[in-house]
Amino acid sequence: MFSYAIFSGITLGGMYALVAMGLTLQYGVSRIMNLAYGELVIVASFIAFVFMTSLGVNPIAGLLIIIPASFALNWVIYRILLTPLVARAKNRGMLEVDSILATFGLLFIVQGVLLVWFGGNYYSYDFLNNAVDIFGATIAANRLVALGFAVVIGLGFYLILTRTRMGTALRAVAVDPTSARLVAIDVNFASCFAFALGGAMAAVGGVLVSMFLTFSTSMGVVFTMKALIVVIMGGVGNMLGALIAGLILGVAESLVATYIDPGLTIAVTYVIFLLVLLIKPSGLFGRAAS
Amino acid sequence: MQISAKLRFATIAAATTAVMSTATLFGANAQETFRIGYAISKTGPGAPGAATSTIPNYEMWVKEINDAGGLKVGDKQLPIEVVEYDDRSSSEEAVRAIERLINQDKVDFILSPWGTGINLAVAPILDRAGYAHLAGTAVTDKAPQLSQRWKNSYWLLGTGEQYAVGLAEFLKGLKDEGKINDKVAMIAVADGFGIELSKAGREALEDRDFDLVYDKTYPLGSQDLATIVNDIKSLGADTFVAFSYPPGTLGLTEQSRVLGFNPKVFYAGVGTAFPLYKNRFGDNAEGVVSLGGASEDDPKIADYIKRHVAFAEREPDRWASIVNWATLQSLQQAIERAGTTDREAINAELAKGGFDTILGTYKPGDQTFWQVGQWQGGKFVGLAPTSMEGAAELVFPKPEWKAAQ
Repeated sequence: MFSYAIFSGITLGGMYALVAMGLTLQYGVSRIMNLAYGELVIVASFIAFVFMTSLGVNPIAGLLIIIPASFALNWVIYRILLTPLVARAKNRGMLEVDSILATFGLLFIVQGVLLVWFGGNYYSYDFLNNAVDIFGATIAANRLVALGFAVVIGLGFYLILTRTRMGTALRAVAVDPTSARLVAIDVNFASCFAFALGGAMAAVGGVLVSMFLTFSTSMGVVFTMKALIVVIMGGVGNMLGALIAGLILGVAESLVATYIDPGLTIAVTYVIFLLVLLIKPSGLFGRAAS
Repeated sequence: MQISAKLRFATIAAATTAVMSTATLFGANAQETFRIGYAISKTGPGAPGAATSTIPNYEMWVKEINDAGGLKVGDKQLPIEVVEYDDRSSSEEAVRAIERLINQDKVDFILSPWGTGINLAVAPILDRAGYAHLAGTAVTDKAPQLSQRWKNSYWLLGTGEQYAVGLAEFLKGLKDEGKINDKVAMIAVADGFGIELSKAGREALEDRDFDLVYDKTYPLGSQDLATIVNDIKSLGADTFVAFSYPPGTLGLTEQSRVLGFNPKVFYAGVGTAFPLYKNRFGDNAEGVVSLGGASEDDPKIADYIKRHVAFAEREPDRWASIVNWATLQSLQQAIERAGTTDREAINAELAKGGFDTILGTYKPGDQTFWQVGQWQGGKFVGLAPTSMEGAAELVFPKPEWKAAQ
């Protein structure tokens, strides 16, 4: 029972981390509090559904199209909707507030379009639902794939952000955009790039969770909330932090469901979140606000 | 005397205006359309339920009537004009929308919103304004009291207790035949529906000497119930009862399949009777028991399903959709019987009952529909009340889940 709780919790946490990692890039580097993040996740879920049911393309293969498409879409969103806000924001706080308002509106636009196209119904499809035996625990293959992607993306980005030039530039922008300009980093380009990249990761998250979750057009908000918690708990801008925070939450939920009461799963998520904020307000791996 | 041009003009203008206003006086009282209003959850957590059980019904009903020329009110044919609002799955929004329909839009009739909570919220307002309330997607133990307290309040799906007792009776029959042991694992969604049904279920099962080896609730909206299913698997219960909501219903079915959890009786909650369940699980839906049921061999019901698919491009559910359609048919006949758009006359006709619907002769509030059903061969057939005509035999035990492709 314990091993099942742990492994099930790890796959659950993998899902949380996967859905949150794009937001940590968008919030950390581009300083955009993207309230429409969950809607972008759901859009990807619906596209995966259409691929799977109408075109017969499995979601993993569909990623080859969805990732560049969502990168491009988010690039356009940043250029058209958010660049004006960035240009006139006098400081980070102002940009955050402006971006909250703007993306809040974007949330309703995306949700409205999805509603018109797909209606309010639940959608679900069957893919990779075979049982896999991991150390005595039986887990669905699709959840393991999601976990795998989460780990690869988390570690991969950690390496990219610390070992490559572009990654270091992104980190510099996250720390202080003004100083970053002084060392000849094109902050606008970096912010736009990070936003688009974050959006692409949201799409990856959406496609992968659509394999095992039942989703509807109204579920975007739920994803945004969960992602926000994971991002803030892990430290804003820190991908590895998001991964670890997600895993902690998943395992905690699973253990509480097994040993205490399944009704407390949401409560334990918030309790841990509050504890982390009380002890280390900038998140597990975050640096103190400048 | 010469009448000045100005005076002549003014006199003719005044006379024309006087004649015209008397003309409009005669025409002013003619009602051109029958105005129907409703507030429904188009967004928010209630949206999927409303999109399955309610919205296609309302829209199809209006379209079919208008295509035939409209409602026959007296010797006129009045097309239906719809005023609809999105209540965003919020009781406050629904109340506000209903008040707007009553006070500003002044509609002739108001159709009910979706969900137990919202229907309970708008019921007193409809009663105070003299509108009938045909609550088609609400399950509450307060139903009999409310129908008595508010004259024109109809709670179409009945009480939580009747579903729980219906199931418990069914299970007792199986236990007496020695087909299942006395252990039952029960979970419920931590929301009105789950709490009411699990309370009634707990009493009904314990009264019939069942042992509840697992009795927990899970948060609304949760889909990851794998740990729960894994815990239950080792308890040796022959019966699994989940008073769940979608998406939890789908989640726990899928997770039971992955974990190879095969109790002899698998009862899942709201969502099992949805076409989504059949589409998602295919042959694996075989043998799953739930609330509701539909006599698909009955030509009236088969025809309704066909028209629903043609109109909404998806099937209706096999529980609330059917009861709601019968009620909409009743409403149309009540309006036509009353022969007037006067609300009190229509309400009086509704109370008389005796309408010809897909459920046979029906009065809103009649509980003459299936309470326990099971997926058999791609159809969600009715099992209980066993006294109803056409009750099918239970497929027992539930076939083992087939491995995923």
